[in-house]
Amino acid sequence: MRFEQPLELASGARLAGYELRYETYGTLNAARDDAVLICHALNASHHVAGRYTGQPEQVGWWDNMVGPGRPVDTRRFFVIGVNNLGSCFGSTGPMSIDPATGRHYGASFPVVTVEDWVNAQAGLADRLGIERFAAVMGGSLGAMQALSWTIQYPRRIAHCVAIATTPRLSAQNIAFNEVARTAIRSDPDFHGGDYYSRGVVPKSGLRVARMIGHITYLSDDDMAEKFGRSLRTPDYAFGFGAEFEVESYLRHQGDKFSEYFDANTYLLITRALDYFDPARAYGGDLVQALAPAQAHFLLVSFTTDWRFSPARAREIVEALVVNGRQVVYAEIDAPHGHDAFLLNEPRYHRAVAAYFDNIAAELAG
Amino acid sequence: MSAGSRGAPAAAGTAPRAPTPVLRDDLRQIAEWVVDGARVLDLGCGDGTLMANLRDSRGARVYGVEIADGSVLECVRRGLSVIQADLESGLRMFPDRMFDTVVLSQTLQAMHQTEAVLREMARVGRQGIVSFPNFGHWRHLLSLLGGRMPVSPQMPYQWYDTPNVHLCTPKDFEVLAARLGLVITGRALLSAGRPVKLWPNLRAKLAVYRFEPA
Repeated sequence: MRFEQPLELASGARLAGYELRYETYGTLNAARDDAVLICHALNASHHVAGRYTGQPEQVGWWDNMVGPGRPVDTRRFFVIGVNNLGSCFGSTGPMSIDPATGRHYGASFPVVTVEDWVNAQAGLADRLGIERFAAVMGGSLGAMQALSWTIQYPRRIAHCVAIATTPRLSAQNIAFNEVARTAIRSDPDFHGGDYYSRGVVPKSGLRVARMIGHITYLSDDDMAEKFGRSLRTPDYAFGFGAEFEVESYLRHQGDKFSEYFDANTYLLITRALDYFDPARAYGGDLVQALAPAQAHFLLVSFTTDWRFSPARAREIVEALVVNGRQVVYAEIDAPHGHDAFLLNEPRYHRAVAAYFDNIAAELAG
Repeated sequence: MSAGSRGAPAAAGTAPRAPTPVLRDDLRQIAEWVVDGARVLDLGCGDGTLMANLRDSRGARVYGVEIADGSVLECVRRGLSVIQADLESGLRMFPDRMFDTVVLSQTLQAMHQTEAVLREMARVGRQGIVSFPNFGHWRHLLSLLGGRMPVSPQMPYQWYDTPNVHLCTPKDFEVLAARLGLVITGRALLSAGRPVKLWPNLRAKLAVYRFEPA
């Protein structure tokens, strides 16, 4: 969907006009109050659920959560997936052509924040005639957008469902992001971000960035379980090939990612993660930051998630309780680290399903 | 996850909240001590029976702390606010005087850090309410006289599998409360849901206390 109205960004820059790619599932009811917005995290897109005809391998990134009979049941809710600005899956981003210059935005694409994304999503909701979402939901960075909705548009969101998230990145989180960005920026094919016209892609930088990311998504136990010290070779080869299973896994993930993801987008999205800190404007006081929120909340964290640990989620819960908000907090004892939010963990899915059952019952009056 | 494990479609057609069931004896006493519209924390809230009652009958704003997955899920189904945590970390996250009432029903005797939990209750709440089985009930004494550890409806465990590591009598609790500087503002010694007038220390099965920090 094309937006001609300029978007004022947190940085002070403005995006003259832009495209937002989105996908919908189910049908909006007559009262237009059963819409659920699904916000994506780092590398995902508007393609939340289902498969495209003729492309059976292109399964939506949260297909186990969203769909007919799933916890977020598309027979009961009108679900919207949206690709964020700066991304590389159809919405305006660094790969797009800047109408002012007729060339790719590249490095000149403005840095966007979680708040900017939420503003753009609100514009999409306006155009779709949705005044208030039954729920805004996401995991990780997607959950930050859901949280931000409750602060930026408290009257437009009835329920906030935030999975595996944090009120702000830690120094360690930012450090990992910086290593990933450094890998990209130091790739000789990066050319300061203007590599499109040169017909090259900074693949090796992207590959390293993705490998680092993957380490932080898994728990130590999960890695031990999945790979241990297993070798792919009969014995040590005394070289530097992918001898260990874990090396092979990381290389495979890195290779796959560098084939479809855009390097500038990686920089932008990790920066949006770094900058997210709603309490910053209140001297670090999250209670004050969340004071405008009116929504009811479901928060879920996973015990082995060391990227955004349960302690971070509990900070949000505490601030919500102090503000008198209705909140459910499920802390799932699951072995899969941060990645758990994308997996089929029955206790996690049951909690989400039960929560959405209540939302559906509320809507039914 | 398979669609069958959810049971969600069936639940969707019914009312979102189960009707408030008849309250356990100590819960009825606890509910009497909660004022209308109070902000309440229920520690070890289980399936949310007390919370649902306080919400529906008292208009209380209730939060529960519960560790068990199944119980948390029951609370979610009742549309209650519930925080999945063990009691200690569940209490640590709240600032001083956050709640009007903090409830610990039939759980005190299973706490390892009994004193710490009572202190924390007094810190985050303006008043605390605890209930526990009376270890000094005459049947328990009789059982001990017969040489066996007591097993009763209010303490249905064998000595080797009991979660009740800190059993006490009403007098024991009063001594501890005094030592912690807690002021007891209400006491109900119950049997079959009724206050016991004659020899309550021997005849009450359940003790319910209300206290405030000094």
